[in-house]
Amino acid sequence: MVRSVSVDLNNDASLVIDIPDALCERDKVKFTIHIKTTLSSFQKSEFSVPRQHEDFIWLHDTIVETEEYAGLIIPPAPPKPDFEGPREKMHKLGEGESSMTKEEYAKMKQELEAEYLAVFKKTVQVHEVFLQRLSSHPMFRKDRNFQIFLEYDQDLTVRRKNAKEMFGGFFKNMVKSADEVLISGVKEVDEFFEQEKIFLLDYSSKIKDATAKAEKMTRSHKNVADDYNHISGAMNSIAADNNTAFKKHLEKCAEVFEKLRKLEDRVASDQELKLTELLRYYTRDIQAAKDLLYRRARALADYENSNKTLDKARLKGKDIAQAEENQKQCLRKFDKLSESGKKELTSFKARRVVAFRKNLIEMTELEIKHAKNSMSLLQGSIEILNSN
Amino acid sequence: MRSTGSYAHQRCVACAQNISNQKLVQGILDSIPSPEAACLSAEDISPSSNGPRDDDPDDLFAEATEEVSLDSPERQPILSDGPSPAITPVTPVMISPRVDVFDRSPDQDEDEEENRDTFDIQISVSDPEKVGDGMNAYMVYKVTTKTSLSIFSRDEVCVKRRFSDFLGLYSKLASKYMHMGYIVPPAPEKSIVGMTKVKVGKEDLSSVEFVEKRRSALERYLLRTVKHPALLKDPDVLQFLESSELPRAVSTQALSGAGILRMVNKAADAVNKMTIKMNESDAWFEEKQQQFENLDVQLRKLHASVESLVCHRKELSVNTASFAKSAAMLGNSEDHTALSRALSQLAEVEEKIDQLHQDQSYADFYLISELLGDYVRLITAVKGVFDQRMKAWAKWQDAQVMLQRKREAEAKLQYANKPDKLQQATDEIREWEGKVQQGERDFEQISKNIRREVGRFEKDRVKDFRVVIIKYLESLVHTQQQLIKYWEAFLPEAKAIA
Repeated sequence: MVRSVSVDLNNDASLVIDIPDALCERDKVKFTIHIKTTLSSFQKSEFSVPRQHEDFIWLHDTIVETEEYAGLIIPPAPPKPDFEGPREKMHKLGEGESSMTKEEYAKMKQELEAEYLAVFKKTVQVHEVFLQRLSSHPMFRKDRNFQIFLEYDQDLTVRRKNAKEMFGGFFKNMVKSADEVLISGVKEVDEFFEQEKIFLLDYSSKIKDATAKAEKMTRSHKNVADDYNHISGAMNSIAADNNTAFKKHLEKCAEVFEKLRKLEDRVASDQELKLTELLRYYTRDIQAAKDLLYRRARALADYENSNKTLDKARLKGKDIAQAEENQKQCLRKFDKLSESGKKELTSFKARRVVAFRKNLIEMTELEIKHAKNSMSLLQGSIEILNSN
Repeated sequence: MRSTGSYAHQRCVACAQNISNQKLVQGILDSIPSPEAACLSAEDISPSSNGPRDDDPDDLFAEATEEVSLDSPERQPILSDGPSPAITPVTPVMISPRVDVFDRSPDQDEDEEENRDTFDIQISVSDPEKVGDGMNAYMVYKVTTKTSLSIFSRDEVCVKRRFSDFLGLYSKLASKYMHMGYIVPPAPEKSIVGMTKVKVGKEDLSSVEFVEKRRSALERYLLRTVKHPALLKDPDVLQFLESSELPRAVSTQALSGAGILRMVNKAADAVNKMTIKMNESDAWFEEKQQQFENLDVQLRKLHASVESLVCHRKELSVNTASFAKSAAMLGNSEDHTALSRALSQLAEVEEKIDQLHQDQSYADFYLISELLGDYVRLITAVKGVFDQRMKAWAKWQDAQVMLQRKREAEAKLQYANKPDKLQQATDEIREWEGKVQQGERDFEQISKNIRREVGRFEKDRVKDFRVVIIKYLESLVHTQQQLIKYWEAFLPEAKAIA
């Protein structure tokens, strides 16, 4: 099942990854990673391994810290699974069980399951895409730690602790807000990067805003669904007191509202999955692209500094060879970042366009489907109510 | 039988942007066949409204009178005297008669009771106009009655009425009929906050909505009132609908509908506290009273849920509009041409959808929420009528007690040899015997009336609900149809991204 928010990243059969299952155990979510590969670097051709969210973060961090990948867009880390909402509901359900009727309890349980499912889908999707980005990238797929992540048949917890001590979060400790100042401050000679810089800085704020507005819109849909739920309940309690044919009528109405609630819920969660999650993901991805620009800007700054150092050395007549070597290295690094950066940013645009296309189409098709279902539900109900 | 076909229903609408909403509302309201429309007065949802609340149990009149300084008769000469104050129409925009959005339900009058065979009257409240300005200003509404009934002097009458006129009508009807057990539909609530904004001249969306809400509520109030066979023939009602000038009630101040009910109910409570608890010999009454108590609670709950829906639907509309703008900005920023275009089109779709949500919220409100509000208040009137019966019973019992006392007094006088006093005592016995008989007759009459009224009420309630729920579901169908249309138009745009 193709669930990725991004383009179908599994089109290279030599390494195919998906997450068919996930378990929520108390505070931890355990993802089952399923791998199919023809690469000889792997011991088996098909296998599965359980991983926690923290393992993903470890993998992401080691990749970020790797100097070699400075010229690449590092796939953004998946956000922590947030089962807080359903968990709260489950708590309420447990507490209120004695005071609820059997129907109310069953209904709440159903809602709860639906909510769990929605969160589950979201988090699986985003963790899956992370791995698929790595597997479909010519350099990342060869990463040693990536292979360990996929193949190591034991718990990665020990490794994770060691890694934290080793790296100490070098890149992460840099003040991120310095990014934009540094990037915009760079005097850009290269037209391509100049355009990219302008584009990314502007797009970044727009997509953040769009994400926030989409979230609010989705929340409103959920509120409307909630209201349908209460209306249905209220109608049922009025129906309970009526002993006439009217009672059946009211019960039917209550049923209609209950079904409307389910549909509205589906509209909300599908919209979230296809639209809001898409925007959220690309907000993070745009940030990763900006990080690349940042690293390149730093490299340029380093190169410019190395030039100044070389000039000074020549003036003083001291350490010239060292300064020359340093300058050569800086230039080499900068050129490498520029070259790979260009490639990455170009393919990033292509990827983004494909992903938007795919998700907008899927979202639209789902909206149409739900609207048609709503309509037939409503028209059927009108017919029944009219004939009573 | 005149058909309830559409007729020119011209109303001033305040904001051009509201026109589509108004049209929807108009269509909905037009298509509710007026003889069958549930005629109840609306409860003003604004927080300052004078709902039946028990915050000052001792002061009977505490909440019954408001805006006294603005509405008091001393300041308002009868319309025929003095110069007419400046009239400011709310806006110049008129809605031309249009095709209803919804199909009309077929006439449901065929299977009616005999006293409705000749029921044919249509009332509309329209053209709100502001008269005067500043804090002395008030709104005047045009009340148009179209009928073939003979009690009316003309086929079609237009009069101008202000809000306090409606309250005055209700107070007269309540004082005349409530003690007989008739369920008199309560008039809409006053709202100081809402009206102040209008007086002060704010023509923003909320004042416009307030005026429309009130106009609609006044219309429903009148329709419900004339639907009552006894009230329809009442001279005050006829005068209200037909008379070009309505004398302001000079001696009484305009009381709000709920104010009167509270007054009445409080009086009944006071009486009840003094007398023995009524021995209900009639199980029907006991059962019904309990039913109405339950229904009161449940309806309020349902109403609250629907109000919440209205609110959230409005939020959804606002948030969708906000997202649309954001998507448009994103589209502008996007450097890939095809994707940029698709995002702009997505923004357009979302903008249309936000309008759709707003229209739906109007339907949520006017079709269901206001109707429920009307019924919540009507149930209070029903409970008031049960209390009136208790009062009648108490009066009868008191008369019996008094009669007994008089008899005992007479018996005593028999031995006292005071012929004058004896005669007086005998006379008094006769008087009280008469009162006991009257008390019993009144009690039986009110009981009979209530049975009939409750039967009518329940029938109307069921019918109203059935009609309205269908209309509402149809409004939802309409929304879904539009959604399908918009998204189907967008789909090729999304697919065209290359």
